[in-house]
Amino acid sequence: MTAEVGLSGPAGLAPPGALAWVARRAEAVCIPLGALIAGLAAFGLFLAVLGKSPADFYALVYRAGFGTPFSWENTLSRTAPLLFAALCVALPARLGLVVIGGEGAIVLGGVVAGALGAALGGGFGIVGIVLMALAGMLTGALWIGAIGALRHYRGVNETIASLLLAYIAIALMNHLVEGPLRDPASLNKPSTAPLDAALRVGNIAETEIHWGLPVGIACCILAWVLIERTTWGFAARIAGGNVRAAQIQGLPVGRLILGLTALGGAFAGLAGVFEVAAVLGSANGSLVAGYGYTGILIAFLARHNPLAIIPVAILLAGFEAASGLVQRRMDLPDATTLVLQGFVFIAILLSETLYGRLRLFAPERWGRA
Amino acid sequence: MPRHALTRRGLLRGGAALAGAGTLLGPAGIARAAGPLTVGFIYVGPKDDFGYNQAHAEGAAALKSIEGVTVVEEENVAETIDVQKSMESMINFDGASLLFPTSFGYFDPHILAMAPKYPDLRFQHCGGMWSADKHPTNVGSYFGYIGMGQYLNGIAAGHATRTKKLGFVAAKPIPQVLMNINSFLLGARAVDPSITCQVIFTGEWSLAVKEAEAANALADGGADVITCHVDSPKVVMETAAARDCYLCGYHANQSSLGPDRYLTGAEWNWATVYTRMVEQTLAREPIPNFVRGGLAEGFIKMSPLGPAVSDAARAQIETTQALIVKGGFAAIKGPLMDNTGRVIATEGQSFAETDVALESMDYLVEGVLGSTS
Repeated sequence: MTAEVGLSGPAGLAPPGALAWVARRAEAVCIPLGALIAGLAAFGLFLAVLGKSPADFYALVYRAGFGTPFSWENTLSRTAPLLFAALCVALPARLGLVVIGGEGAIVLGGVVAGALGAALGGGFGIVGIVLMALAGMLTGALWIGAIGALRHYRGVNETIASLLLAYIAIALMNHLVEGPLRDPASLNKPSTAPLDAALRVGNIAETEIHWGLPVGIACCILAWVLIERTTWGFAARIAGGNVRAAQIQGLPVGRLILGLTALGGAFAGLAGVFEVAAVLGSANGSLVAGYGYTGILIAFLARHNPLAIIPVAILLAGFEAASGLVQRRMDLPDATTLVLQGFVFIAILLSETLYGRLRLFAPERWGRA
Repeated sequence: MPRHALTRRGLLRGGAALAGAGTLLGPAGIARAAGPLTVGFIYVGPKDDFGYNQAHAEGAAALKSIEGVTVVEEENVAETIDVQKSMESMINFDGASLLFPTSFGYFDPHILAMAPKYPDLRFQHCGGMWSADKHPTNVGSYFGYIGMGQYLNGIAAGHATRTKKLGFVAAKPIPQVLMNINSFLLGARAVDPSITCQVIFTGEWSLAVKEAEAANALADGGADVITCHVDSPKVVMETAAARDCYLCGYHANQSSLGPDRYLTGAEWNWATVYTRMVEQTLAREPIPNFVRGGLAEGFIKMSPLGPAVSDAARAQIETTQALIVKGGFAAIKGPLMDNTGRVIATEGQSFAETDVALESMDYLVEGVLGSTS
């Protein structure tokens, strides 16, 4: 036990308990980071087996994702929808619910915002944008909230329900933009009528990054405050840990489920709103871009911590920004980025088993009994 | 919002610093030796999809042998901010100065957002949406009259069918697709006016499961020649061949998916179109902003006729093809009604392939079983 004495020695240099506090926090950072590095390393091995240089690959990813001002602009301009999509997974996950159908809320939020925007025309300006955002959020909230309701009142598995409802949402979107909401002038690309310029969300200053990014970051911070710093969030975490215990304590589990699924859906709906108002200019099939699915990966990587979603979403957006250059320079197929994401995802899932098992992070080791 | 601005500036400054480091540390061998002209191609799906994207990739491949031309390609690029940044990435990292973002949905708003930012570069879009009064002059559009290819497919099908029932797997009821369905049936009816064609819309450009279901449903319903208009005809062709149907291809040559069953196919011929545009660029001649053509201009071509094509079919296909190439041939001509009884063309009235009225087609002609909504 001499080794342990040696290790706990530095505890004397800091206020009592501080190192234990750091050790506990360090676990939450080091394990996902380690898993990320392990996933990247495993993927590097995979590349080496294919006869491609992992060093070249990561150099290219760094260069195209983060290495130049343009790369940063490229990465950050892809980040906004990922933040919202990840929140839609992370919030219900704090209750122990695995909701993977955020794509549906994104698509429908976009369609409703696009339809409302087309109906509003010009003349409303910023008020019109706010109305569109609220309408999109309400749509998303109803869509994912309904999955929460099915779960709570009928015991329907939320994972399957949300996934299948995403397909229904896409079919509904296609029906709407090709039918009742179609702009007759959109011949070969059925869309809602183009938004008036006054309803378009612009870019931040001289960048080409639209305002969805700061709004998304603000939403992540708000969600973090809600989950980590309010009694409501505390109740949600209790319920997520053990539903029966929460019920016995008299916590409003039903309201928590409905509230957090609806809030997650509202954020996903907002992703659709920004896609329509800032990027596409009208609602159409391009809304189905798979952001909802990338959001699942981000939320799991971030361990459903809304603050951690921000850097993880930027990292994943960087991977996607780099996918083009990797294709062009290394002659690797587009699916490479997906394989990379798969490796990282598996590593993160495996790392879940490590929590509480590594003695290095045990608070008692660092001076707390 | 000064706080956001500060964060951004900080990020960009940090990015610039990292960029400097990146250039210093950049490994050898990943820099690209660029010729005088770098051409960038962007595809919405995989470039080996036996369909829309492969047709463009074959056109791009034809450029690689031209002296001084470097081709860079990117596949599976979504019609979102993704394509805007892919274009810029090709411009910034590869020095591309002539871009072919090939998917229809890339035009508005994506190409229209990039073109004013890079006024000295050229953006060529497949789809024919450019108009002089609305769009930047460094954007061009091109498209082919492939409906005539489907008309010739129809003739091959009309000779091959025994059940007198044809099948068509279609993505969406939009004008370009409706034109192909109508042309296919009218080609078949030039052989035998009793032939009908069942159409099934899958609702998506690329949705393999529904495409297989549709092909099977058509075969179950008695169709014995099947064609399609989806991004990747691979699944439809393989499914139909397994059901002993004859195949008419679309977009690219799919004969390898059913060598004995493949009659012919309506293919894009982008190699000639792209070669011409690149040669114009190299010679510093302007590429016209609006280019269209059909069989005569080398924009489309037919797959070589397969072994199941009879001599009578071959003769009729060749005669009709000669008429089309000569010019003035119309597939849509009176007297013609749509399948709801509405008059499309009266006796003596005809719509040549170049007629703009065809670009807003919203009907299925009499003999097509199915509905546009």
